[in-house]
Amino acid sequence: MSTLETAPEPALGAAEPTGLRPSQIKRAKSGKARKRPSILLWFAIAWMSIVLLGALLSLIAPGVFPHEYGKAFGDAKQKPFAAWPEFLGTDGLGRSHLTRLAFGARVSMIVALVSVVVGVVIGGLLGLVAAYFRGVTEMIIDLFSDALLAFPPLILLLALSSVYEPSQTSITAGLAVLTIPGFTRLTKASAIAQSNREYVTVAKAMGAGPGRIIFKELLPNTFPAVMSYSVIVMAVLIVAEGSLSFLGLSIPPPMPSWGGMINAAKDDLSLYPSQVFVPCGVLFLTVFSLNVIGDRLRAKFDVRDTKL
Amino acid sequence: MLRLLGRKLLALIPVLFLVTFATTALPDLVDGSPVAQMLGPGSTPQDLKDLEHEFGYDKSLPVRYVTWVGHALTGDLGESLKTRTPVMDGITERFPVTLELAVFALLMALIVAVPLGVWTAAKAGGRVDRVIGGLSSGLLSIPTFVSVFILVYFFANPNMMLAFKPTGWEYISVDFAKNIEFAFLPALALALAEIPQFQRLLRSDMLATLQEDFILTARSKGLSTSYVLFRHALRPSSFSLLTVSGLTLGRLIGGTVIVESYFAIPGLGQGMYQAINGKDIPVVQGTVVVIAIVYVLLNTLVDIGYSLIDPRVRAR
Repeated sequence: MSTLETAPEPALGAAEPTGLRPSQIKRAKSGKARKRPSILLWFAIAWMSIVLLGALLSLIAPGVFPHEYGKAFGDAKQKPFAAWPEFLGTDGLGRSHLTRLAFGARVSMIVALVSVVVGVVIGGLLGLVAAYFRGVTEMIIDLFSDALLAFPPLILLLALSSVYEPSQTSITAGLAVLTIPGFTRLTKASAIAQSNREYVTVAKAMGAGPGRIIFKELLPNTFPAVMSYSVIVMAVLIVAEGSLSFLGLSIPPPMPSWGGMINAAKDDLSLYPSQVFVPCGVLFLTVFSLNVIGDRLRAKFDVRDTKL
Repeated sequence: MLRLLGRKLLALIPVLFLVTFATTALPDLVDGSPVAQMLGPGSTPQDLKDLEHEFGYDKSLPVRYVTWVGHALTGDLGESLKTRTPVMDGITERFPVTLELAVFALLMALIVAVPLGVWTAAKAGGRVDRVIGGLSSGLLSIPTFVSVFILVYFFANPNMMLAFKPTGWEYISVDFAKNIEFAFLPALALALAEIPQFQRLLRSDMLATLQEDFILTARSKGLSTSYVLFRHALRPSSFSLLTVSGLTLGRLIGGTVIVESYFAIPGLGQGMYQAINGKDIPVVQGTVVVIAIVYVLLNTLVDIGYSLIDPRVRAR
C-alpha cells in the first residue's frame, strides 16, 4: 500500500498536540480497549433477559399472564404503577398493557431473531464464497448485494406491503432479505483479510479443498465480527418492524405489536400520555440495550467495518 | 477523472435495471387483479378485462417492462388507479415538499452535530465527552416514530407548550414563516436520528487530525485553541462527514414516510402511504422508482464529489 491510499494514521505516543492533559489523552486512547463492563451493560443484559422471558412466556405459557391480550378486563387507559399485578396499566380498550407488551416482545423477537439468523446464514455463506473464489463469483454476488443496498430500506418493505397482506411470515421474510447484503459485505471483508493469513496458506499447502478452507478455517475466524454485528442488526430490525406496525402495515390486530400499540394510542397523546409512552419506553429500552451490548461486543472483538 | 465518471455511471445501469424491473413486476404479486378494486358493483368480467387492457396488465411482464421504460423515459409513469390522473403530476407536486423537509433536517443535524463533534474531540476522554457520548448513544436508540411523540408532547401540546402546530402544512412558496412553523418539528424529528451519527463520525475524524504535525505547528505558533480547532482541524476532518451528509440526504428523501404521515405533510412519503393503503399500484411503482433513482444518483454524485475534494481517494 502506498501512503497515498491510506488515511494518515494517528501517530501513537505522539507528543501532546491538542493542549490536553496527558491523563486525558491516555484515557481517550485506551477508552475502548480497556473499558470495564459498566453498570449500563449489566442493565442492558438484565433488560434483554426480561424481554426474552416475556416473549418466551407468551409463546409457550400464555396462561401465566393474569389477563388475555385480546380481552378487556377493567377500565380503559389506566395509568401505570397504579395497580398490581397489572402495573403497566391498560390500553384504550381496557386490555392489559403487560400482556400485550409481552406478546409484542414475542413478535419483535421472532422477527429480529429469525431475520438475523437467515441473514447470517445466507449472507455469511455468500460472503465466504465471494471471498474465497473472488473473480466472477465475487462480481455477481456484489452486484446483487449492491442492488439491494441501493434501495432505501423501508421503501422496499413498503412496496412489498402494497401487494402482500402483511403477516408474521411475510414481514420476517422481507426483513430477512434486507439483512443479507450487510452480512455478505461484512463476512466478505473479514474473510478476505483472514485469507491472507499464514494459517490459510498452510491449510492450502496441506491440500485442503475450498469446502474445508471455507468452513474450517475462514468461518470460525469471521464469526466474532458477524456475532457482534448481528446484535446491532437486531436493534435495526426491531425498529424496522416497529415502523411498519406503526404505519399499520405489519402483523394485523388483534395480535399486539409494539409499533401497533403506539399507533393505536397516538390520539391519546395529550390527555393520556402514558398510553403512548409505555410502549415507546419498552421499545426504546430494548433498542438501547441491544445497541449497548452490540457496541460492547464490537469493542471486544475490535470490528471496524460495520455499515449496514 | 472522465474515466472515473464513466465507470461510476456504467455501474448504475444494472442497479437501475433491477430497481425498475422489480417495480414493474409488483402487480404480478397482487392477489387477484390490481384493477379489480376500480370496478363498481354489478360489473361484468368483460369490464375487468377492458380495464386490465386499458392499464396494460393483460400483457406479459417483459412486454410491460419495455412499454413502461419507453413511457418513463418521456416522463410518463402511468395513471393512478384511484384518481385517473397522471402519476407524474402527483410526484412533481409532492417531491419539493419532501426535499425541503430532508434538506431542513440535514441542515439542522449539521448545525447541532458539528460543534458537538468538535467539542467532544477537543475534550476527548473528559467529562463533556463522556456525557455527550452517552446522550448520543441514547439518542441513537430512539426511533423516529417515538421521537415524533416526544417532540409533539413537549412542544405542540396545549397542556405543555404550544410552540408549534402538531399537524398540517403550508407550501414554502405561499407563506415562508408559516412553512417553517409547520416544518420545524418534523424536520427536527428526522434530524434527531442523524445528530449522534454525525457527531460520532466527526469526533473520530477530528481525533485523527489532532494528532497531525500541522496542528502541533499551529499550536506552537501560539494560535488559540478554538482557532486551531475550527480553522485548521475541522476542514481536513470533514471529508467523511460531507460524504455521509450526501448519503443521508438520499436516505431522508426515502425515509420521510413516518414523519409525513404523522404530521399530515403532503410529501412523497404520505403519497406513498396513501397509495399503499389504497392498493394504488401505479402510484407506489412511480414513487418507489423516483425515490430509488434519486437515492442512487445522489450516492454516485457523492462518490464522485468525494474523489474531487479528497485527492487521496482519487489515487485508487
